[in-house]
Amino acid sequence: MEIGPYFLLATLEGAVTAAVLALTAVGLSLVFGVMRVVNIAHGEFFMLGAVIAWWVAQAVGGHPALGFAAALVIAPLIVGGLAAAADMTILKRLDYDPERTIVATIGLLYVIQQVTLMTYGPEARPVEAPFGTRLAIPWIEHAEGGWRLYWPWGLSTTSYKLAVMAAAAAVLLGVWALMARTRIGLVMRATQMDRGMALAFGIPVERVYALVFGLGAGLAALAAVLIVPIRQAHYLMGADPLLLSFIVVIIGGLGSLPGTVVAAVLIGLSDGIISVFFSPTLAKIIATLLVALVLVFRPQGLFGTRAA
Amino acid sequence: MSDGRKVLLLHGGLLAGLFALHFVLPAYHHGNLARIMVLASYAVGYNVLFGYTGLLSLGHALFFAAGMYGMALPLHHLGLPAGWALLTGLGAGAGLAALLALLALRTTGVAFLIVTLMFAQAGHLTILYFGEVTRGDEGFVIDAAQRVLWGIDLSAPDARYLAALALFAASLLACLALVRAPFGKTLIAVRENEERVRMLGYDTHLHKWGAMVISGALSAAAGAAYGLLFGYAGATFGSVQYSILPLLWVLLGGAGTVIGPFIGTLFMFYLIDLSSDLTTAYMLVAGVALIALTLFAPQGLAGEVRRRLWRWLP
Repeated sequence: MEIGPYFLLATLEGAVTAAVLALTAVGLSLVFGVMRVVNIAHGEFFMLGAVIAWWVAQAVGGHPALGFAAALVIAPLIVGGLAAAADMTILKRLDYDPERTIVATIGLLYVIQQVTLMTYGPEARPVEAPFGTRLAIPWIEHAEGGWRLYWPWGLSTTSYKLAVMAAAAAVLLGVWALMARTRIGLVMRATQMDRGMALAFGIPVERVYALVFGLGAGLAALAAVLIVPIRQAHYLMGADPLLLSFIVVIIGGLGSLPGTVVAAVLIGLSDGIISVFFSPTLAKIIATLLVALVLVFRPQGLFGTRAA
Repeated sequence: MSDGRKVLLLHGGLLAGLFALHFVLPAYHHGNLARIMVLASYAVGYNVLFGYTGLLSLGHALFFAAGMYGMALPLHHLGLPAGWALLTGLGAGAGLAALLALLALRTTGVAFLIVTLMFAQAGHLTILYFGEVTRGDEGFVIDAAQRVLWGIDLSAPDARYLAALALFAASLLACLALVRAPFGKTLIAVRENEERVRMLGYDTHLHKWGAMVISGALSAAAGAAYGLLFGYAGATFGSVQYSILPLLWVLLGGAGTVIGPFIGTLFMFYLIDLSSDLTTAYMLVAGVALIALTLFAPQGLAGEVRRRLWRWLP
């Protein structure tokens, strides 16, 4: 293959990563923005979403689309419920003290991961995609006598991958509408701006926190259900989404939703492209160092306006 | 009895007890305790920064691994004698800590924690990236013939135990001396109220920098000794897990106590050891312990003892 089609293929793969990453990172960003809690267990909620999707798909049986559709609803609900319960039993009792909640969510990370290992086991298991027609993509080349269209070998995507991008965009629009256009979104933003004042105006801040924590975890789970037909469910799969979401949230500006989405697209695309042309380890080294330096020299993020 | 004498009696008694155990313990626990003493030295180093200065770092595996590889790489590839290799390991960890402190200390709170985590992650990935030299996750074994210090063969169980005890004693006494010195007392003041300490005319930034260098050097010494005593260096020791373990040990034993890191390491080592007989998911114990400690006993074991019984515990 020439460099052009190769680049297009890398971009398409990167766009799938970016779509899923945007959902996961917005969940993390929401939790940080409203609650000022750094949730280290976020990657495990992602993993839990994928694992539950496998359980549901197994239990439903029949046509793959049936199981997948059920998983799409059930997995985020269960994970969101679990997260809200964890918030009410653990984080609330720590008074949301930043450092102690981080230590507690590290504990939560190990609990979720190891319980999954004990019940689900160490195997990686696939979930069948509801649909997945292969779509070949044409490319133009300059041949004798002018330009002509041809179909390079290997340059293709599937209808499912395109659907993932569309679904992620739709959910992100939904989150934006929820935050900007509904009463519950107004309450969340009020809590984010001034917790004490919100409390004084009769907003049930503790219930809002539980809801936000559940919503953030639910978004991660949803992202995992979308990706699980492409990448298999495994009990250690939470580490990479966690690291990448952190990178995205910090580059995009802590707690800023539009910044997070822009950064997710940027990081997802460049991760796909860099990984194709260079070593993925080198790409990760550069990304982690970049995050550290951004936090040191520009704590409000590249797009944000407010310090951490 | 004066408080100073009680302190000396308690810590001297601990070291004497550990020396006496050398003669009575069965082989399995003898080996375990040697390992625990080296890891406890690491925890002592972590405690200087977390317990006494109040800076929560999630990146100490970087200093532990720097000490380990700073020792093992010249020893393995260049044939440097063990004594010099220990010094290069110590120097690598302390130098890295001095450099990173300059950057990381520009941030505070949650940002400090993420910055240290990211630097350690970059360090771990760098070890993996240079897999040809470091042998990555698989690691490499250090020949028994090279593990000889001043004519003492450190691969023998007896010499290994006593060397581990010597390292632990040095770390414990260094920590004790530090917290009784004006420098250490200033660190505690920084932990309690940095603004007020600065107002009183102290250079708090310089003090925090010093604490990070001391903490990094102690961690690196433990890492270098671990590699030399147990004859192995691997990338796992640079992973996030080895940044979280010292935090867990110190929290369990009691942050900001000299004896706490040892107690925490001892308990957690045997807890994980016992549970790994039952299940492969042994890190579950660590997770439950972290949550339970933050919820119910943020002071840790030695911290509770200090609160209820011995107010003089340093």
